[in-house]
Amino acid sequence: MADNNVKLQVKNLNFFYGNFHALKNINLDIAPRMVTAFIGPSGCGKSTLLRTFNRMYELYPGLRSEGEILLDGNNILGRDVDINLLRAKVGMVFQKPTPFPMSIYDNITFGVKLYEKLAKTEMDDRVEWALRKAALWDEVKDKLKQSGNSLSGGQQQRLCIARAVASRPEVLLLDEPTSALDPISTAHIEELIHELKEDYTIAIVTHNMQQAARVSDFTAYMYLGELVEFGETDNIFTAPKQKATEDYITGKFG
Amino acid sequence: MANSTLSESLNVQDRSGSSSTMNTSIYRRRRLVNAFNMGASTLTMAFGLFWLFWILITLLQHGLSGINMQVFTQSTPPPGAQGGLANAIYGSLAMTLFGTLIGTPIGILAGIYLAEFGQRGWLAPATRFINDILLSAPSIVIGLFVYEVYVVSVGHFSGWAGSLALALLVIPVVVRTTENMLRLVPNTLREAAAALGAPQWKITLYVTLRSAKAGVLTGILLAIARISGETAPLLFTALNNQFFNSNMNQPMANLPIVIFQFAMSPYEDWHTLAWTGALLITLSVLTLNILARWMGSQKTQSH
Repeated sequence: MADNNVKLQVKNLNFFYGNFHALKNINLDIAPRMVTAFIGPSGCGKSTLLRTFNRMYELYPGLRSEGEILLDGNNILGRDVDINLLRAKVGMVFQKPTPFPMSIYDNITFGVKLYEKLAKTEMDDRVEWALRKAALWDEVKDKLKQSGNSLSGGQQQRLCIARAVASRPEVLLLDEPTSALDPISTAHIEELIHELKEDYTIAIVTHNMQQAARVSDFTAYMYLGELVEFGETDNIFTAPKQKATEDYITGKFG
Repeated sequence: MANSTLSESLNVQDRSGSSSTMNTSIYRRRRLVNAFNMGASTLTMAFGLFWLFWILITLLQHGLSGINMQVFTQSTPPPGAQGGLANAIYGSLAMTLFGTLIGTPIGILAGIYLAEFGQRGWLAPATRFINDILLSAPSIVIGLFVYEVYVVSVGHFSGWAGSLALALLVIPVVVRTTENMLRLVPNTLREAAAALGAPQWKITLYVTLRSAKAGVLTGILLAIARISGETAPLLFTALNNQFFNSNMNQPMANLPIVIFQFAMSPYEDWHTLAWTGALLITLSVLTLNILARWMGSQKTQSH
């Protein structure tokens, strides 16, 4: 099998929106149970890269990828891969909170029910476990039957994290998870990321460089569809090897 | 540094001060144009409402006097005799019900196809185009079609034929509103469900359609409101029936055609019944529309 220190291995990845070449020859290893952050100016391809990890792009016509992404050594871009099973293994949280139009309880069980058959009590336990993981349990334990839409924005986003965690994925993709939230909710979620990385491999896209510095172990700086620099977060932020990375991090550019 | 910014801001004030005196004529002109447009739109709105209220008041004047228990318990009378509209009310309700029951599932499913599955290929744009034509097709054409295809082949008019014609009117309305309402559901919600590994039919059924529930129901109510007053498609299909009939396979009385027939007659008591029938239809359409508006405003908040 593959190297034990690599959860996701990106090999010569190219991505196209129709004729537009959005990702150019990306090579990158994502370590297990670590947080890897992707930074870079808007349109650099960091979200696109994240969305290849669970093949989210397949929802739309005209998008295609070339190359390989190995999850535990298996190419997930292969034709014979069951996309739904892949997505059950690679969870995702989006920029805007997306609670489903159902109760808080049903929001959590929606993903679990897809691949597991649990008795009522087990399901209750799973819901509590997921909500505790997302640091939301104390706030919602008395209103599990209420609509997910009735929560505040920060709570909704934590509900979405709980929902993603509930089906026990191996990898968690966070696409600018705090960009629509206030500083307090953001702090909540950053703490959460710290705790979640004990069990999950996390990839996070963020516009906020301080956030990348705070939460991640590894950082990738991307620009115009290319991976400019990738390394340990401490090194990237204190001693970047590339001039372009330094300019971006110090705010001279971007 | 501080001095220069201070003088700059003073300059700006100066400039804006002098320009505001220059601009009063332009400002006054704009207010005039605004007042004119405002007045014109208020007047046209009043003009439109005037006719609407006149129609409603006339209906109430002529129709209210005819409303009594007989209207709901007795069937349409021969001229000069006592009677009501029970057979026509029952027929209208039955055919509207079956028309809706036949048309709604087809309309919703087609709307789902157009909104959720129709991104690729030629089928969806073609269906959308044909649906738009069907939406604006004169209802008499639908009536003639069902007459030719169904009534002629079975050899008699019937309630089923009427329901079929009404269903054909329901379908395009429901297709259109379902598609539009599903399109309003943000893509991020679909992505979120897909990201959990849900197959597309589950995403559509449990997430997208659920979010759009209020809108889709509103569309169905509007479709019912539309068919409950249709005369032309029933003329060739359900025809009419002087007697109370609950057999859908027989010609069936219905309010629009009874109104048409009675209003054209020379008999005074038939006229009264026609006004009463017209009032009943108008009130039920009004109720349906108000209900639809109310549901539309409820939106997705409650689940």
